Amino acid sequence: MEWLYLYMPIAGVNIFWPGLVLIGFSVGTIGGFFGMGGAWMVTPGLNILGFPMAFAIGTDMAHIAGKSMISTMRHAKFGNVDYKLGLIMLIGTMGGIEVGAQMVMHFERLGNVGPVVRWTYVIFLALIVWMVFYDYSKARKKKSTHAAEGERGVEGVTWYKTLHRINIPPMMHFKVAGITCSMWLPILVSFLTGVLAGFLGIGGGLFRMPALIYLIGAPTHVAVGTDLFEVMISGLYGAFTYSLKGRIELVAVFVMLTGAAIGAQIGTVATKYAKGYGIRVAFGMAVVACMVSIILKQFKFDDPAAVIILGAIGLLCLYIIAILWNGAKQELREKKLALSSGTTPQHPE
Amino acid sequence: MRRLICCIWISLSVLLPSLLWAGGEKTSTLVVVADTRRVSSGILRYFADLYNTDPWMFAVWAVVLTAVYGAFLGVVMDFIMTRTGLDLKSRKLIEH
Repeated sequence: MEWLYLYMPIAGVNIFWPGLVLIGFSVGTIGGFFGMGGAWMVTPGLNILGFPMAFAIGTDMAHIAGKSMISTMRHAKFGNVDYKLGLIMLIGTMGGIEVGAQMVMHFERLGNVGPVVRWTYVIFLALIVWMVFYDYSKARKKKSTHAAEGERGVEGVTWYKTLHRINIPPMMHFKVAGITCSMWLPILVSFLTGVLAGFLGIGGGLFRMPALIYLIGAPTHVAVGTDLFEVMISGLYGAFTYSLKGRIELVAVFVMLTGAAIGAQIGTVATKYAKGYGIRVAFGMAVVACMVSIILKQFKFDDPAAVIILGAIGLLCLYIIAILWNGAKQELREKKLALSSGTTPQHPE
Repeated sequence: MRRLICCIWISLSVLLPSLLWAGGEKTSTLVVVADTRRVSSGILRYFADLYNTDPWMFAVWAVVLTAVYGAFLGVVMDFIMTRTGLDLKSRKLIEH
């Protein structure tokens, strides 16, 4: 069974490489579907494989950059990436991350950074969970009362409409997202999510994706694709800085990336067969699992925390694969029927 | 011209954080020496040596290789997925 273990030349350990491929596959699937890097999923997985934690974040950052590149390429072909919006938001994100990092160093000097960071994380995750499920219940209520539909169908929370009325020039039109707003709106939103990300030491996709939907007003699928574009760029920057500090294991990056390549395609193509609210609700469930896991870790229940995260990852992967399987089966069946009857195949809803 | 501006914009966005005065060290440098005695493969030995002797070049290679490998896998998977017969160029934006 020695062939199942790969020697990591920098970390100096032998790692079970199928585990790395599986982690890459899972994170690729979930990241491609929700539009985030998924660092919060990778660390428990690497911990279980015995991967040295000193290299975990840097290795993960590089793998996420590569995986997001693959997902972005696929999402771009679907027309889900608004490059203009993504590049504008990068300004705010990068500045915000640096400010957040300085804040955490300030708390480090005060000596109480751990609990502050963890409870801040929990509070904001709880806020996202509340927002997602409140939005869903509102949308369902509107649909059941046959309320008038907007151009995207029935929507629950529409805070972005109020924010779009802010008239601070320059006003910009983002064609792919189908929105017109002040340039300062995406910059401010991405700055705030960047501060959170820098403070909490995460990539930020977990906050940026719902911010793109609820505060900027991008359709869910465009929010997913555009966020992945940002994750790709910030991930490459993160990979560079962590490599410079010697905190990266390149062999592990490439092994995980191989698994992520398959997962990213599955996750991304599955968005085609999912409605926006399906993606949002599943995202809400993922955030609940993340929040519960952090609370457990805060009270030193590390093993149950890992079980919760890994269980959630497994279930989400199966859910996404099922969406792809059923959607693809139906599309190919309709295509076959259309070809045999001599009509043009319709796109499945 | 538009592509060139886009590339310059992306490069600046990646480099900008390192130039910000507010930017500080988020994580400390890890002092580890890769044990090249256990590395038999030529290319792995080269990168292990580079990690030990030239962190800057190692970092550049790490980013370049990650980007290149990511792009390569993207193209390969794109090729495989198009063989499935699915329409991979369009989708409907349905929220509910």
